[in-house]
Amino acid sequence: MTLPAVLYLLINNYMPMFGTIIAFKDVNFTKGILGSDWIGLKNFEYLFKTKDAFIITRNTLLYNLTFIVLNTTIAIALAIFLNDIKNRFLSRTYQSLILLPHLISIIIVGYLVLALLDVKNGFMNKSLLPLLGMDEVSWYMETGPWPYILTIVNMWKGVGYACVIYLAAIIGIDQEYYEAATLDGANRWQQIRHITLPMIVPVITILTLLMIGRIFYSDFGLFYQVPLNSGSLMPVTNTIDTYVYRALINLGDYGMSSAAGLYQAIVGFILVMLSNSIVRKVDKDNALF
Amino acid sequence: MQTNKLYQAVLHVIMTVFTLFCILPFWLMVSASLTDNDTILRDGYAFIPKQFDLSAYTYLLDNATNIIHAYGITIFITITGTVAGLAFTALIAYPLSRKDMPFRNALAFYVFFTMLFNGGLVPMYLLYTDIFELKNTLWALLIPNLLVNGFYIIMMRTFFATTIPEAVIESAYMDGAKEGTIFVRIVLPLSMPVLATVGLFYTINYWNDWFNGLIFVSNSELYSLQNLLNRILLDIQFLQSSSQLSSHMSDGVSRIPLESMRMAMAVIGIVPLILLYPFFQKFFVKGLTIGAVKG
Repeated sequence: MTLPAVLYLLINNYMPMFGTIIAFKDVNFTKGILGSDWIGLKNFEYLFKTKDAFIITRNTLLYNLTFIVLNTTIAIALAIFLNDIKNRFLSRTYQSLILLPHLISIIIVGYLVLALLDVKNGFMNKSLLPLLGMDEVSWYMETGPWPYILTIVNMWKGVGYACVIYLAAIIGIDQEYYEAATLDGANRWQQIRHITLPMIVPVITILTLLMIGRIFYSDFGLFYQVPLNSGSLMPVTNTIDTYVYRALINLGDYGMSSAAGLYQAIVGFILVMLSNSIVRKVDKDNALF
Repeated sequence: MQTNKLYQAVLHVIMTVFTLFCILPFWLMVSASLTDNDTILRDGYAFIPKQFDLSAYTYLLDNATNIIHAYGITIFITITGTVAGLAFTALIAYPLSRKDMPFRNALAFYVFFTMLFNGGLVPMYLLYTDIFELKNTLWALLIPNLLVNGFYIIMMRTFFATTIPEAVIESAYMDGAKEGTIFVRIVLPLSMPVLATVGLFYTINYWNDWFNGLIFVSNSELYSLQNLLNRILLDIQFLQSSSQLSSHMSDGVSRIPLESMRMAMAVIGIVPLILLYPFFQKFFVKGLTIGAVKG
């Protein structure tokens, strides 16, 4: 019964793990991958000598940290709000509508951002900025706004999903706690601080752990597709994932590209282990494994 | 009572603002697709069409072969991928949920480890292009990365383990039922919520996938809907930049309502999803909830 899935995971997930030896080889296709010469850590040396290595690491980490903090805070706040809304129909309507962006492919997101930011016809340049008496901006050429744009797009796409999970956790809290607190004279804010938030700590921990484990990975589409692969934006849009893709597809540099990929996988792995063991020390039940 | 009403009002204001933030971009896109192309060129995309016009859609209808073909590819891939993915997932999740399964922990770790560590893009790319030679085949859209997902296996295993009572399985044994019969006749019918949810996740992953197409497919005959949309997004930019370079651009290009058509394409790309959304939203939320329960 388990055979199809076991085989699939073997091929799709385990075989590429052994393929990481490419990172230590001078890939030469006439000799084949196994026959290519070993060059030790040369690929990593080349990678870390470029200034790209610093930029892609910085971008990946800073964006992800921002996303984790911002999305988690907003999602929890919205979940609390949604739970407090008495009108069930409106509460459900809000919930459905904020979840919608999560279901759309990043290609469509690219279209939506373009409708707003297109230099010639975009809503920002044609309607909003003139209204505010400001000059047009060449959005796809100027790096300045992009850290904000990408953060907003990511929040737009991701908050609904996290919000629904937190909402489910909040709904699961036993109502008796709130009744007891009301009898003790606790106001709404005190109830949130002393009941709601502590009760959803396990869910917050698990979701944050999962995100920290992925902190060296980035949403390729968000950083490649939404800025429309614009070269002049690379200083603020290049992450490890887009770097690996470009090194592979545009330059055909298999060695350096897989060195960057392995760097990403190993640091990511260490981070999951580390954060999980920290959580284990604090509260064993909240750890992932 | 007074503060309570005020609190409710504030909540509604905040949620309305955030909801508008989430849906206004879609509105802008739909409005732009319904606006006359010359108006867009003069006034830009706007939330209310100044000059209502359907020519973007009639143009797309007249040139529908590419779109229909891409739709066909996407629908085929989505259905095949979802059915196969769901079957593979259920077939491994159920044994993992049974306490009497031999090598249960080792197998669970085998699945779980794929969520923690992977070989990265380059070995994956070489594996599928060099060894399996999937490049420019339908398999390339179906197999890499999307078919079986460790997280969904764990999610489904948790559901089986927590909601199917052991007593039911034991009594089926007593009545002489075999493992296969128990799985198909008892476990699966009791697990419709999780099957619907995971099926939905697979459906959305396949419907929205463009990355496999981007790296493995260069033949436009095999473009999925997302890949076609991507191509159009980039091609129009190419057409525009080259029309700025050469003033004597051919008439054929200038007669296409480029701007409104581009947005109409995007609308066509999400219409099926929007139409189905009200029906599957319930399952989706349920699924997220199950997924949040620790495995």
